[in-house]
Amino acid sequence: MPSLLIIEQILNGLQFGVMLFLMAAGLTLIFGVMGLINLAHGSLYMVGAFAAAAVAGATGSFFLGLVAALVAAAFAGAIVEIVVIRRLYKAAHLDQVLATFALILIFSEGTRWVFGSFPLFLDIPDAISGPVTLPGGIEYPLYRLVLIGIGLAVAVGLWALIERTRIGIQIRAGENDREMIAALGIDISKLYTLVFALGAALAGLAGALVGAIQSVQVGMGEPVLILAFVVIVIGGIGSIRGAFVGALLVGLTDTLGGVFLPELFKLFMEAGAAQRSGSAIASMGIYILMGLVLVWRPTGLFGARA
Amino acid sequence: MNRRVLGAAAVAALCATTAMADIKVGMITTLSGGGAGLGIDVRDGFMLAIAQSGREDIEVVIEDDQRKPDIAVQLSDKLIQSERVDIMTGIIWSNLAMAVVPAAVNQDVFYLSPNAGPSPLAGAGCHPNYFNVAWQNDNLHEAAGAHATAAGYDRSFILAPNYPAGTDALTGYKRFFDGDLAGEVYTQLGQTDYAAEIAQIRASDADSVFFFLPGGMGISFLKQYADSGIDLPVVGPAFSFDQGILQAVEEAALGVVNTSQWSKDIDNPTNAAFVESFQAEYGRLPSLYASQGFDTANLLLSALERAAPSDADAFREALRAADFDSTRGEFSFGPNHHPVQTIYAREVIKEGDVFTNRIIGTALENHSDAYAADCKM
Repeated sequence: MPSLLIIEQILNGLQFGVMLFLMAAGLTLIFGVMGLINLAHGSLYMVGAFAAAAVAGATGSFFLGLVAALVAAAFAGAIVEIVVIRRLYKAAHLDQVLATFALILIFSEGTRWVFGSFPLFLDIPDAISGPVTLPGGIEYPLYRLVLIGIGLAVAVGLWALIERTRIGIQIRAGENDREMIAALGIDISKLYTLVFALGAALAGLAGALVGAIQSVQVGMGEPVLILAFVVIVIGGIGSIRGAFVGALLVGLTDTLGGVFLPELFKLFMEAGAAQRSGSAIASMGIYILMGLVLVWRPTGLFGARA
Repeated sequence: MNRRVLGAAAVAALCATTAMADIKVGMITTLSGGGAGLGIDVRDGFMLAIAQSGREDIEVVIEDDQRKPDIAVQLSDKLIQSERVDIMTGIIWSNLAMAVVPAAVNQDVFYLSPNAGPSPLAGAGCHPNYFNVAWQNDNLHEAAGAHATAAGYDRSFILAPNYPAGTDALTGYKRFFDGDLAGEVYTQLGQTDYAAEIAQIRASDADSVFFFLPGGMGISFLKQYADSGIDLPVVGPAFSFDQGILQAVEEAALGVVNTSQWSKDIDNPTNAAFVESFQAEYGRLPSLYASQGFDTANLLLSALERAAPSDADAFREALRAADFDSTRGEFSFGPNHHPVQTIYAREVIKEGDVFTNRIIGTALENHSDAYAADCKM
């Protein structure tokens, strides 16, 4: 197998990984700070994509679409937190799952009601579309490089926010001891709304960025949500660093597994059968990875030690 | 007292409507969730034909299967046992059809498929009460293979999702493609990122690409393929190029050749009238699914002119005769009650502001299917 193909696939894995990170970061923050399992996180991803498609379609500007995605998802997140989620912090996890699952259905049918059942159009702006030639002669889509860049920039920004700002200190304190920071005079419910909106905005951004190369349709968030849960379980629940490492691991495992396992199987099987069984096993790859990580470290790579 | 009078009036009114609807049709189709666009088109095409017939003695009960086999089975039981429908139709997906159709036709209900055509129902599992008005699943892929051969391609890279219809698609393509394969890849069902597969296409020495990725999968693939800078010709079945999907893909699909038994520019009066009235009624161009729904209803109407469903043998003969004006022009049933029809090669074009298809040639003429010989009825 040529080395160019391997490098290209590693780039693909990285790009997939950083987009997963945008989803997983919000999910892990919300779980870490508020102890809430939010199944509706995928719906916020969808809200971002639809907002971007609608605004980009109306104004012709992809950039305005991105802004709209951030604003719409953050706004939807804040509303959901204030109206529904706030009543669930003290509830059992099963109640949270039930309520946020209901939110998925409400968001999906609501979106269909507004936008219809047919997929929407959202395309990459001309300035960053098409392939570029990288050193070494690899032709790679420029937009995917931009995605990797945005993902890494968001990761650095989040790190700075959590480690270097006052809000970040409050978030970290909230993870450790909720009662104590409330006693210290910090408005905990405002903090929760803020964290929820931040997580939602990241999901919306991911939805808009990915929607431009995939299809913007109802139900697009749920497959990504499942992967994001795998990521935070691998990385350790509540850890942003864990979400980053976990997302890259999942992205690379999924991409490289899908390409190289069938090739590996071809060494000792007939080509057609190797294709089928190789891709079947590759689709289990990330779950096998999750199992192995959990055997080795039951709280995830960067999770708090039990 | 008043309430009792009203109640009696309501019962009387109910009896009146039941008495008026002599023929009851049950439609189970996908109206919510990911694949809703297809079901909505089939329903709209079907109801358009019923409305145009002017018959008021036909009642259509429409149910949403949410693309879930278990729900489809529940709905089918309800339609047969409590609604007592004479005829059923509507199912889009082959896995749902396999769950519903065999049980339904064995309870003496007629089933007219407007879309799904799984191979078991065309071969050993065929049934006198089952008619497929669309195609056998392999047909459009076979036509794509025939077109690729005719176009002189000899190294195709082919891909489809790893599920039964995906395997059938690649098998169908290979059945009519004479060249070699530069690669054969099974993707995950529901996959949205095709960067890895596109890199494999780039690294291979293919001269053409065939793909079967229905719904959102095809949208993702086409956009990413167009952005990758690879300019190999692409061939596919019409499912990834229907009217709903093209508006979400736009330029990325221009020039792609796809195979279909229907196109809005097939030149016959029925089709012209259908396209015009569909657009007037619903404000959008019809898709091939809409044409299939429309043809299914017209087949049903033509049979009802000759016989009532209560006379099962006569009604079956009337269906088999397929004496209706199809939007496809020539249309007849083979021995396994599946269409014998011409399949066209179409090209994606831009017509004003709208992306649509234009026929560029015939891929297979009077084509039946590979399973008819296994059907004993």
